[in-house]
Amino acid sequence: MGIEVEKKAGFDTESAKEVVKELRASFVAGKTKTYEWRRTQLTAMLKMMDENEPQIVAALTDDLSKPELESSIYEIAMLKNSCKLALKEMKHWMMPKKAKTSLTSFPSSAEIVSDPLGVVLIISAWNYPFLLSLDPVVGAIAAGNAIVLKPSEISPSTASLLAKLVKKYLDCSCIKVVEGAVPETTALLEQKWDKIMYTGNGRIARIVMAAAAKHLTPVVLELGGKSPVIVDSGINLQVATRRIIAGKWGCNNGQACISPDYIITTKDYALELVDSFKCELERFYGKNPLESKDLSRIVNSNHFARLLKLLDEDKVSSKIVYGGERDETNLKIAPTILLDVPQDSLIMNEEIFGPLLPIIMIDKVEDSFDLINYSGAKPLAAYLFTNNKKLKEKFVEKVSAGGLVVNDTTVHLAEPSLPFGGVGESGMGAYHGKFSFDTFSHKKAVLYRSFAGDAAVRYPPYTAGKLRLMRALLGGSIMGIIRALLGWSKP
Amino acid sequence: MEESIAELRETFRTGTTKSVSWRKKQLRALLDLVNENEDSIFQALDQDLGKSRVESYRDEIGIIKKSASYSLSCLDKWMAPKKGELPLLFFPAKAEVMPEPLGVVLIFSSWNFPITVALDPLIGAISAGNTVLLKPSELAPACMSFLTQTIPRYLDNKAIKVIGGGADVGSPRVGRLVLTAAAKYLTPVTLELGGKCPAIVDNTLSNPSKAKVTAKRIVGGKWGPCTGQACIAIDYVLVEEKLASTLIETVKKYIKIFYGDNLKELKSISRIVNQLQFQRLVNLLKDPHVAASVVYGGSVDEEKLVIEPTILLDPPLDSEIMNEEIFGPLLPIITLKNIEESIEFINSKPNPLVIYAFTENETFKKRILSETSSGSVTFNDSMVQFLCDSLPFGGVGQSGFGRYHGKYSFDTFSHEKSVLHRAFYPELEPRYPPWTNFKLAFLKLAYALDYFGLILLMSGFRKS
Repeated sequence: MGIEVEKKAGFDTESAKEVVKELRASFVAGKTKTYEWRRTQLTAMLKMMDENEPQIVAALTDDLSKPELESSIYEIAMLKNSCKLALKEMKHWMMPKKAKTSLTSFPSSAEIVSDPLGVVLIISAWNYPFLLSLDPVVGAIAAGNAIVLKPSEISPSTASLLAKLVKKYLDCSCIKVVEGAVPETTALLEQKWDKIMYTGNGRIARIVMAAAAKHLTPVVLELGGKSPVIVDSGINLQVATRRIIAGKWGCNNGQACISPDYIITTKDYALELVDSFKCELERFYGKNPLESKDLSRIVNSNHFARLLKLLDEDKVSSKIVYGGERDETNLKIAPTILLDVPQDSLIMNEEIFGPLLPIIMIDKVEDSFDLINYSGAKPLAAYLFTNNKKLKEKFVEKVSAGGLVVNDTTVHLAEPSLPFGGVGESGMGAYHGKFSFDTFSHKKAVLYRSFAGDAAVRYPPYTAGKLRLMRALLGGSIMGIIRALLGWSKP
Repeated sequence: MEESIAELRETFRTGTTKSVSWRKKQLRALLDLVNENEDSIFQALDQDLGKSRVESYRDEIGIIKKSASYSLSCLDKWMAPKKGELPLLFFPAKAEVMPEPLGVVLIFSSWNFPITVALDPLIGAISAGNTVLLKPSELAPACMSFLTQTIPRYLDNKAIKVIGGGADVGSPRVGRLVLTAAAKYLTPVTLELGGKCPAIVDNTLSNPSKAKVTAKRIVGGKWGPCTGQACIAIDYVLVEEKLASTLIETVKKYIKIFYGDNLKELKSISRIVNQLQFQRLVNLLKDPHVAASVVYGGSVDEEKLVIEPTILLDPPLDSEIMNEEIFGPLLPIITLKNIEESIEFINSKPNPLVIYAFTENETFKKRILSETSSGSVTFNDSMVQFLCDSLPFGGVGQSGFGRYHGKYSFDTFSHEKSVLHRAFYPELEPRYPPWTNFKLAFLKLAYALDYFGLILLMSGFRKS
């Protein structure tokens, strides 16, 4: 799977400079600011998906062996929704928002205006290479920016297709795709951007942020972490198990930032949980899951080797209670469950990002909160299955993560009224829905004053009387002001 | 210092700072701190910057009191989760966004508003439930000393610590250093920097009474805040050639009324903070072409670190004074053939923190808003936007990113956690493999929220 495209050949610092120069000129010329331009681009993106769905599915199959349903729904349908929402709401989002003014600045009126930031860089990931490339682009377009998209080289067919489709359907003078790997990304990162959005891992995120620091460029980092699932007893175990399976193996075979990474449950409940998993997994993927068409493969041999290293570690391999089969030729690993792995194992100390699900056992379900909070890194998502109202409340109050879901997994991603983003090691900033628009905007405060109502108290020479009045004005109470004017308050 | 940070982290873990009662207690204590030590604060500001009492109240004490009171009154509302709307497809479910504290935060403050820029972010960080390490600037040593000694007497020592010393913060150079250091830990950052804040003045100057108000507000907006040493002070003015002399005469008039006729009799105005800044400003005037453009003022008193309010008319555009943030009492007035050229002029420089425009021309206002980029814009006044708690205060581009004031302070120091509550019933079978054409069709319709289509599909009236 070679990475070949004319555009990429010899893309160096000079090329990156040229690209930014061109986009900046387009931005300064005002091309991207009009409502018309934004609407045209988003409409074209919808058309692009309608006319190329089979090609997109084929590229995703090529890169990830992604089941057609996952491609159609989690990549294409989600992106379509994003475009449609932006098209529907954009006019409203673009309108200035009135802000209240207080007695202190009377008479005045104020508003907050959404300005595009300018020229933005979007670096996307390989696991949902279509969605994670274009969903941020939707936000950046809606906010009126010029854009460079750098898709991941680890999903080269999709990267290539994106370059082709963006060139064909969108305005090339304002939106460009740059393909490549480390050298090309480095060249891009040397340039000055008005915002950079990166989706990926913490190591590269640090490199991106350090590069951004040189130009004081703000960043949005969508990273990951070990998203835990706490399973309480006294629940509908079958439904819970199925929802965990859907969020884990049903999402690119565990290779998703918000996939359940590991499970925490009580010693008493663990075996029942394992049995339920075995039952449902077989129902979904059959007796030979390596042959199931409904599971993505592992993206490449590097990640395959990485996952085997986690699985084959001595203290861990003996804990496998289901699965463990692998097929190196086809880069497949069967859904695997491990019970009671040690906390200091490799598998419990890095984000798994694959089809391995460790189950950790504790005495009381409440102990899980400390386990998560003391794990050293805040995850992107945390899940809890329970019918206990108090437990739900404590979970929401105590567990810090990008987002939380009670009694399901991953579905919060599909809800645009919820901000999607991390905290701490799992990232900074958020997007989806209006949050995408906001993330790619500068919210400019505007205060309108009139020439009337000029208070002498503002100006020197300063006197005790002016100090009195100043106190009262800042204190904001009318009585205070009257008293000051009458000389009844302290200087 | 590492011990302090470890202690702050431990305090945060205990959950003390999360309770609304703790936060309110700290905010009230901060109000007490300011109310009971007003004189000490006046003294410290006079010592560090020669600030007069009115200026100190207006720009520092009053601001903090206002900010703390406002936060106290709004805290319950700000802390409440925000409900989200969910489509029918998710029924029954509940969505909300919950603000939670970030944890342990570091606040660097600057020397020019040493009380405000230290305590206002502190108010935000406390309101949001964090533990805080505050580093006031050592370039304002009396204020730094005051804060270091007084804060432990009023606020919770285990959660809020003050450590003296710190670089000259506020410049892009230091901003880069801070951001690079933060990158190693993936720490999010808010940078409140500065820039050259321009004031555009159009032909409202032809109207004598409006010209007066304009001049007063320009003078007040330049020399009022710390003698121009403020991120939102007017840096330079843009005016049409034919109106320049009117502007200059009126500005001179008010300089004399507000501050006095000459260097010896200067009053109601701060001084330059230290020798380094003084020399920097004096050097800006050394360039002979720049010196030749001085039309008022220019005298300096090195011993007292005072520089007279100074006006320059059309200094060379490639001079240092026109290319770095002045941060002092020198006011260049740049003339243009047509005031509309001011937009291009401003755009040729990095994004400023504020653009001021004195105009009543609605079309021109719209052009300024849509064709320039700045942290904020204020029409027909200067400085007052700082008092508006409902307006976000922050920069863009080289003037910084992130914002605060009012609820924006609370938000800046919070993580907005999304929370989705689902029920076990009903179950949507098509969510689960093995995949079939029916399930694909179902999900496509579901994602499009096409409920009617779903009904048709499920009752067999629609092919999968």
